[in-house]
Amino acid sequence: MNRELNQIVEKQFFSIKDKNFTLQCGKSLKDITIAYETFGRLNAKKNNAILILHALTKDSHAAGIYDHKDEKPGWWDVMIGPGKAIDTDIYFVICSNILGGCMGSTGPASIMPGKKRPYGMNFPMVTITDMVRVQKRLIDHLKIEKLLAVTGGSLGGMQVLEWSVRYPDMMESAIPIATTMKHSALSIAFNEVARQAITSDPNWNNGNYSQEKKPDMGLSVARMIGHITYLSDKSMRLKFGRKMQDKKDAPFTFDSKFQVESYLKYQGQKFVTRFDANSFLYITKAADYFDLEEQHGDGSPVDSFLNAKARFLVISYSSDWLYPTSESKAIVNALKKNRLDVSFCEIESEWGHDAFLLQDKRLDKMIKGFLASVYEKTEDN
Amino acid sequence: MRFDLKILASWIKPGSTVLGLGCGEGDLLYYLKQEKNVKETGIEIKEKKVALCIEKGLSVLQGDINKEILDYSDKSFDYCILSQTLQQVYDPEGLIKEILRVGKKAIVSFPNFGHIKIRLQLLGGGKAPVSRELPYQWYDSPNIRVLTLEDFKIFANKIGFNIHKKAAIKPGEKSHEGKIVKFLPNLFATYGIYEIGK
Repeated sequence: MNRELNQIVEKQFFSIKDKNFTLQCGKSLKDITIAYETFGRLNAKKNNAILILHALTKDSHAAGIYDHKDEKPGWWDVMIGPGKAIDTDIYFVICSNILGGCMGSTGPASIMPGKKRPYGMNFPMVTITDMVRVQKRLIDHLKIEKLLAVTGGSLGGMQVLEWSVRYPDMMESAIPIATTMKHSALSIAFNEVARQAITSDPNWNNGNYSQEKKPDMGLSVARMIGHITYLSDKSMRLKFGRKMQDKKDAPFTFDSKFQVESYLKYQGQKFVTRFDANSFLYITKAADYFDLEEQHGDGSPVDSFLNAKARFLVISYSSDWLYPTSESKAIVNALKKNRLDVSFCEIESEWGHDAFLLQDKRLDKMIKGFLASVYEKTEDN
Repeated sequence: MRFDLKILASWIKPGSTVLGLGCGEGDLLYYLKQEKNVKETGIEIKEKKVALCIEKGLSVLQGDINKEILDYSDKSFDYCILSQTLQQVYDPEGLIKEILRVGKKAIVSFPNFGHIKIRLQLLGGGKAPVSRELPYQWYDSPNIRVLTLEDFKIFANKIGFNIHKKAAIKPGEKSHEGKIVKFLPNLFATYGIYEIGK
């Protein structure tokens, strides 16, 4: 990584001062804070803004670094930056941490207004719709009337779909990646096992835990389950096979480790240092409750996009078993039947659901070309 | 641009909506978008080709033309184009009926198996013909339907569609050059291009 080339970015905060912001569940929140970052410059016409929506455990830090001591750049730095597919020399890029998250936006780990303790399980249930409504307020605050594009993968892709039907006049285009219109039983099942791992950790204590005594064991197991779903049978064969972590390990003991075991354990342990267990519960539940068809189309996938106007680019990955290509094709089918402008490509990949976060020239070129074409059209008008 | 595509493009009215079935790398659609300001949609099965289309800013879907076309309602497009694809289709009758349903007009082009060189290869050599237009051996050819310009005329009568316009062509040495064949087209043209309708 060439650090000189990395842009320094800064986390900023936006507050919604509404007395009560009513959520989809009927409950309301006071004093919502949203952490966000921006990359590149908004042009005078304000027609070059792109909103990035992050997946389950990511944050506003989509690209660049905070300071020169940073070891790692933002989570989609392969995609966003000067000269990259989402070129910050051309576009103004915005990414905010989702409502319910734990990376600066209001969530279960935030201190309750007027109290000294965090919300914990007193935090109201948030949904993809709530996340998107809050993002819309941020875009209003930034005085952007129409986004050039809204994009994201996985849970971020669900937000893209919600944006496309909730605020169709606020966006030129939508790029949902490796996502779905509704969580399948398989996805819900994995999420539930992950949640059970957290809630059965004695330290979880009904969500009332201190920073000194967190449900780290449960959260790390939850993360391990997640990681399995992000990979694929083939990627695990290629990456680990049956290799042992240490060749000297004696067989037939519980001490020795297969590489795949070490990998998962390491991922779990790393995760607990940066993520809040209650946040994980809330966000996975929001994903499970997401059902665009039910909410916007009375059960009809076609009707759910009746209001949509954006030009779409839908991307799926051949080895994604969490949100398989068939679920992206269902989106494409519904968009087609609404006579919306839609492009679709299934990228052949061995890397499972996580493929969208990896460097891939095919995705880069498609996104670059698609954005250029959308931007050219707005410039013409 | 390839000579056959140039002829085909000249038939398209500016500002039309166009569905390109089996659009490949999108050369024709890109030309129509740039020069004729059409609103394009393409369907192509190969990932690499779809990606190239999207890179060019074209609206293209990856999928099987036989299935994808079923999602469109009647008369969704001004033109449905089946360029150099008919010879690879398993159910030509079904697909032709579909393109005439979703397109107000349809344009179909294909290599002519009745061309003299092909006839002579079969007659003289007694082997399955291989030509510039049909460059495959019998065992690796994607062209599972071999038809002539004459066959297409008979096919039109049988299925019950009309041929509004036709061009029998023979490309020159360079692919962008060529000429229209007026004299015995089924013998001397290598390609046929047809505008058809109900």
